[in-house]
Amino acid sequence: MELLNLARQAILIPAGIQDGDIEKIMSRLLSSPVDAADIYFQSSHSESWVMEGGIIKEGSHSIEQGAGVRAVSGEKTGFAYSDRIELSVLLEAANNVKAIVRQGQDAQVGLVKAAGWPMYYPVINPLKSLADQQKIDLLRHVESETRKLDARIEEVIVSLSGSHESILVANQDGSLAADVRPLVRMNVTVIVEENGHREQGSMGGGGRSDYGYFIDQGRALEYGKEAVRQALVNLEAEEAPAGNMTVVLGPGWPGILLHEAIGHGLEGDFNRKGTSAFSGRVGERVASSLCTVVDDGTLPGRRGSLSIDDEGTPTEKTVLIENGILKGYMQDKLNARLMGVKSTGNGRRESYASLPMPRMTNTYMLPGSHNPEEIIKSVKKGLYAKNFAGGQVDITSGKFVFSASEAYLIENGKITRAVKGATLIGNGPDVLTKVSMVGTDLELDSGVGTCGKEGQSVPVGVGQPTMKIDGLTVGGTSV
Amino acid sequence: MQNQEEINRLKNIVQNLLDEAKKQGASAAEAGLSQENGLSVSARLGDVETIEHHCGQGLGITVYFDQRKGTASTTDLSPESIKETVSAACSIARYTSEDSYAGLPEEERLATEFPDLDLNHPWNLSVNDAIALAIECEDAGRSYDAEISNSEGASVNTHQGIHVMGNSLGFIQGYISTRHSLSCSVLAQRGDSMQRDYWYSVSRNALDLEAAAEIGKKAAARTLRRLGGRSLSTRQCPVLYSAEIASSLLASFIGAISGGNLYRKSSFLLDALDSQVFPEFIRIYEQPHLKGALGSAAYDGEGVATTSRDIVSDGILRGYVLSTYSARKLGMHTTGNAGGVRNLTIDSGALDYQGMLKELGTGLLVTELMGQGVNMVTGDYSRGAAGFWVENGEIQYPVEEITIAGNLKDMLKNIIAVGNDIDYRGNVRTGSILVERMSIAGE
Repeated sequence: MELLNLARQAILIPAGIQDGDIEKIMSRLLSSPVDAADIYFQSSHSESWVMEGGIIKEGSHSIEQGAGVRAVSGEKTGFAYSDRIELSVLLEAANNVKAIVRQGQDAQVGLVKAAGWPMYYPVINPLKSLADQQKIDLLRHVESETRKLDARIEEVIVSLSGSHESILVANQDGSLAADVRPLVRMNVTVIVEENGHREQGSMGGGGRSDYGYFIDQGRALEYGKEAVRQALVNLEAEEAPAGNMTVVLGPGWPGILLHEAIGHGLEGDFNRKGTSAFSGRVGERVASSLCTVVDDGTLPGRRGSLSIDDEGTPTEKTVLIENGILKGYMQDKLNARLMGVKSTGNGRRESYASLPMPRMTNTYMLPGSHNPEEIIKSVKKGLYAKNFAGGQVDITSGKFVFSASEAYLIENGKITRAVKGATLIGNGPDVLTKVSMVGTDLELDSGVGTCGKEGQSVPVGVGQPTMKIDGLTVGGTSV
Repeated sequence: MQNQEEINRLKNIVQNLLDEAKKQGASAAEAGLSQENGLSVSARLGDVETIEHHCGQGLGITVYFDQRKGTASTTDLSPESIKETVSAACSIARYTSEDSYAGLPEEERLATEFPDLDLNHPWNLSVNDAIALAIECEDAGRSYDAEISNSEGASVNTHQGIHVMGNSLGFIQGYISTRHSLSCSVLAQRGDSMQRDYWYSVSRNALDLEAAAEIGKKAAARTLRRLGGRSLSTRQCPVLYSAEIASSLLASFIGAISGGNLYRKSSFLLDALDSQVFPEFIRIYEQPHLKGALGSAAYDGEGVATTSRDIVSDGILRGYVLSTYSARKLGMHTTGNAGGVRNLTIDSGALDYQGMLKELGTGLLVTELMGQGVNMVTGDYSRGAAGFWVENGEIQYPVEEITIAGNLKDMLKNIIAVGNDIDYRGNVRTGSILVERMSIAGE
C-alpha cells in the first residue's frame, strides 16, 4: 500500500528501523499478558508565517518526531515515549510499559498490513505546494487588499501555517496502518479605530489540503473582508443584554454549541467511568425531535477529518443523537472494549508523546425544515448570535459556556442592533430539548477549530443550521 | 556533579548550534534546548490506571541576518538534524522583512549573576510508591462522605528538566529544575444531579507537597459543597473571587500591560503608565529570585537579567511587562519579561477568608470560572461562573449556570479588598479579591 511505504520512508527509514524491529518491540510488549498494545510512530514537519505591521515579521519551521509505546490490561495502561526512534530505546520503553501487568510468556508477533480503508484527503505535502516566495506573495496580497477595504483599519495581521504529518501504528495483532495528513490554516485579524475606540475582528479557515485552498475561490481575500466586517460591526455594538432569553444561533461555527454542550459529554471514556451527565442515557430523549447530531470523520478535506484515527481504526459517520434520542458514544479502542462495543474511529492523540483517548472529529447537526428568515421572524425579543470565540464544558454537571464575538438583538422578528460579545451559559442535557426550530441551511465551519482535552489539542470541525433555542442565559452587562 | 556534566553536554550542543548559524552566514543567533524526564501515575477506584514515563527533548533556534529573522525547532538532536534546523531558520530569514526593532538584547542587559534559586529537588519515587500515594490520596477522597459517588482518580507527577540557552553575544547558561504534583478529582451525586471538583498541590520540592490524604479530603469537600447548586436571577452585586481563581484577574491585567498587546494597541490599558489603574492600597510586584518558587529564574527567555520590582504601587501603574522587541517598538527598555512575569504577588490586607466573606456581606462568592470571555482590546469581560450566594457574610447555597460580566478597567479600579488567604501554588500569588459590583446573568 502506497501510504504504508510513504510513512516508512518518512519515519522508519531515516531512523534505520525495519519491520523486524517493530516485531521485536511488539513481541517484547506482548511477553506480558496484555489486552492490547500499540506502537505509534510520528514524524511531522510544520511551518508558519506571519505578516504584521506591513512586513513579513515571523517565519518558523519545526520538526516533531518520535514514538510512543503502550500496553493495556483491563483498565490499566502503561505508556512511554521517546523523541529518539531507536530500537534499543523503544525496547526499553516496551519493558517499562509492560510492567503494568505481571510477567508472562515470550510472544512472537508477525506484522501484517491492515485492511484497506477509504482516504479522505490527498497524499500531498502542503509545505511544498507553494514556493516560499509564493507564500510571502500571498500574505502580502491579502494584507494589502484587506488594508484597502476601510479607512478605519489600523492594523492587519495575516498568518499562514501548514503541516505535513506521517503516522504509522502497529497493533498487537500485528496489523500495521499508516496515514499521511496534510493540514493548512490561514487567519486574518484586523484592528479598527474610530474616535479613539478600538475593536478587532478575525476570520480564518483551512483544512486537510494544500495552500492552493486559499487561492481557490478567492478564500484568502474573503477572510480579510469578513474580518473587517466583524471589526466594524463591533465598533457599533452596544451593551449586551443579561438574562435568560430566546437565542437564535447562526449556521456554521456556532455549532461549537454542539461540541461543548453535547459532544464532550458523549465521549466514551467519561461514559465508561460514569462521570458524564449523559452516562447511562443511551435510548433516552436528550434533545427535541428536530435534532439529529453526528460526528463524522469522513468528510473529504475537512480540518477534523481523518482517514484512520491514531489507533489505526478507519473513521466513521457516527450518529450521536437521532430525532432527539441518544444513540451512542464516540469510542476509542480501550473504552469500546470495556463497554463491549466497537471503536468508532475516535481514538486520537496530540502526538506520540500523549496517550490516545476518545475525541471528536467533525461534529454537526443535520438540517431541519425551517427557512432561516422564518426562524428570526418568529422571535419577539431575543439574541441572534452569529460568531463565537470559544467554549468550555464541565461534563459532570453538564454546564457549558461559549462566547459570542458577534451578536445582535432580535426585536419583533427583526435583527436590529449589534451588541457586544457575551458568554452564553447553559446545561448540556437540557439545551437541545429547548430547540424549537432548525433551519434548512446547514453549514460547516471554515476550518479553524482546535479542541483541548486533558492538555491535548487536536484539530476539529463543527457545523449546524440556523437553530432557535427557547431560553439560554446570556451574560451581558445590561441588566 | 553529574548534573553539571549534563548541563555542559547540552551547552556544547547549543554552542554548536550557534557556531553552525554563524557558519551559515547569520549575523546573530539565539538558541535554547530543553530536556525533560518524568513519571506520571494515576489511580482510580483504588487501583492503578495509568503509568506514563516521560522523556522528551527539544531545541529551538532564532537567527538574524542583520534585521531579518528566522526561527526553527526540532525534537531530533542528531547532528544532521541540528544542521538542517539551522538551515531551515536561515532559509526563512531570506524571506522575512527587515525589521529595525528585531535582534538580540543589548549586551549590558544580559544576566551576569546566577544565584542558586533552589529549584532542583529530584524525587526518588518508585512506580510502586507513586501508585501507593495516588491510591492513598483517592481513598481519602472517596471515603470522605457517603455522597461521594464516583471518582476521576488521583495522580502523582514528578518531572525534572534541564534548560540551556545561549546567544551569539557569548551568553550561555543552564539550570535544572524539578516540579512535582499530586491531584485528586471526585464526584458526588444527589438525586439526578452530579458534581465534580478537585484539589491539587504542586511544588519544586516533594517535601512541600500537601499530604496525599489532605488533598483527597479537600477534593471531596469541594465537590460536596457544590451539590444542590442553582442559578440566580439576573442582578448586580459585589463579587468575591476566591484565592484560587483570583489569579485570573491579575493575569488579565498583566496581559493588558504586556508589550505585545501595547505595541499592537490592542489593550484596554494603553497609555496607562503612571496613572491610577487600581485603588490606592494596591501594590503588585514581581519576585523572580524567590528560593524554590515555581516562577523563579535568574534570567528571562532572552537571557536578560530578571529584577524584583513594583509593577503597581499606590494603585499607580509603574511599569510595563516587556521583552527586548516589544520594548524597542515602544521606545523603551526591556523589563526582563520575555516569557512573562515571575512570582507576581499582590499585597494582602488584614482580612482572612472569613473576614473577606464578612466584607462581601451580601453578594456572590465565585470559585470557578468557565470560558475565555475577556476582550483585551476593550476590557469587556463576560465569563461563566459557579460559586456560592452569600448573605451577611454567611454562605447560603451553591450557585451555578450563571455568568458574571463587567469591564476590566472598572473592575480593577473597584477592588475593595485583597484577602490574606493566599494561594501559593502558581506563578501568581494572591488572596481572594473583592470587586465592588458586577452584572450577574442567570435564570
